[in-house]
Amino acid sequence: MPETDRQVAILGVGMHPWGKWGRSFVEYGTSAARAALDDAGLRWSDVQFVSGADTIRNGYPGYVAGATFAQALGWSGARVSSCYSACASGATAIDIARARILAGLCDVALVVGADTTPKGFFAPVGGDRPEDPDWLRFRLLGATNPTYFGLYARRRMELYGATERDFARVKVKNSRQGAANPNARYHKAVSEDEVLASPVVASPLRLLDICATSDGGAAVVLSSMDFARSRRPRPVKIAAVSTVTPRYPNTVIEMPNFATDSSAGVAPPDRPFRDSITHAAYQEAGIGPDDLDLAEVYDLSTALELDWYENIGLCKAGEAERLLNDGDTALGGRIPVNASGGLACFGEAVPAQAIAQVCELTWQLRGEADGRQVEGAKVGVTVNQGLFGHGSSVVVMR
Amino acid sequence: MASGKARVPVIEGWFTTDEDRPQLLGSRCRSCGARFFPKTGACRNPECGRGEIEEVALSRTGRVWSFTDNRYQPPPPYVASDPFEPYAIAAVELADERMVVLGQLVPGTDVAALGVGAEMELALGTLYEDDEREYLVWKWRPTGA
Repeated sequence: MPETDRQVAILGVGMHPWGKWGRSFVEYGTSAARAALDDAGLRWSDVQFVSGADTIRNGYPGYVAGATFAQALGWSGARVSSCYSACASGATAIDIARARILAGLCDVALVVGADTTPKGFFAPVGGDRPEDPDWLRFRLLGATNPTYFGLYARRRMELYGATERDFARVKVKNSRQGAANPNARYHKAVSEDEVLASPVVASPLRLLDICATSDGGAAVVLSSMDFARSRRPRPVKIAAVSTVTPRYPNTVIEMPNFATDSSAGVAPPDRPFRDSITHAAYQEAGIGPDDLDLAEVYDLSTALELDWYENIGLCKAGEAERLLNDGDTALGGRIPVNASGGLACFGEAVPAQAIAQVCELTWQLRGEADGRQVEGAKVGVTVNQGLFGHGSSVVVMR
Repeated sequence: MASGKARVPVIEGWFTTDEDRPQLLGSRCRSCGARFFPKTGACRNPECGRGEIEEVALSRTGRVWSFTDNRYQPPPPYVASDPFEPYAIAAVELADERMVVLGQLVPGTDVAALGVGAEMELALGTLYEDDEREYLVWKWRPTGA
């Protein structure tokens, strides 16, 4: 079918501000849902399908997030689903809602994700579980999430000559861009020297190179294009969602694995996993990276943002530092990246984050991103990756 | 060894405990020859997926893909020394398998002298100890160090 027949409308978006509020994730999720419904001009009773992005951190209600939010909003009989894809959960939840709308099974769907996080490193689920690779990597290696970020960052330095100052400049850029974002957790503009003076966590990465863990909630209201026509003229649309997995052999070490696949017998795919994530989204939307006006990428670390520039096709491998240092990816540049401030300003609220990326693109494409607006933005992409092999990318168009 | 404590692997069946020439134990598919670490119950080559799986000892040597360290104490289930000692971690591409495997670096490794492509070999090292035992794990060290 033509691409336009596969589009759904984003009728409303909403977020609960990111922070370390220490309250229930249910509160953040319902607050974001109500904001998205208000933005859409719809009532909760108009929602026919609820798609929840799960959190594994908050007990059983976190594993059945869709029903948890539906109950908190007041049982309405709406159909429900809950899904978990680690950091990619939000995109998966959006994809489930989108598929249901495109199949003609509902007109209006609500997608919600929210998290309450503990202080410090993300840790595996508790107990003695030697069959779980996420448990084992902590037990046998002491390999935290920043361990993997450190490996990628060091390899960038070794292969392409990236410097710690390049990494610091990513943080400087994002901290400026997020300073005016009311939903961000951090609003302070940070200098290169402040980044370089912060303690090393996983060399070469420092505390201010690595994203924090945050509380937060995000929601979107999606509808069929037919339903949207009477509600919101020229709505922002979702043109593609990619939830691809890697192809064998995957030769890049990924959380929480101990090893990659072997490429001794079978040649690696032409397109490595991270490159394949947005490639699938571009193909589905019928666009290419040259069509983009902005991108929201998953800057778990400053160095990883530079990797993403290359993975999503903004430049060739090894050219990301030049793109950054020329100002191309800053507000006012050729292709602003993380106008929201990114994870650098938000910290990570896992099941909400991929939804928050879509909220930001929606505000940008409507021209409502006060203080961080990318002028005239018409096409944007999000990209994110979840533990255990979850690709996540959403193309949003005006 | 000087402690006189028994030295036991922290996990069974992942590596041999030959003190001088330890090897990681993985899986090999008898049909397509694909190798995996840690062991797998079935071949994960999507073009095969049917072969019988047998245990195989993997290359003892490889080259650095990347490296980092951990300056802060990780959460459990890591058993940290008290006081906490930072440690380095390397990702090493095995010579024959062309598979990148993570491992802590042997304590005292000069990380500043490492680089992508540096030759490494597998060693045994103590992950943690209690009153009776030292728990061993595989580690990486620069070849010849």
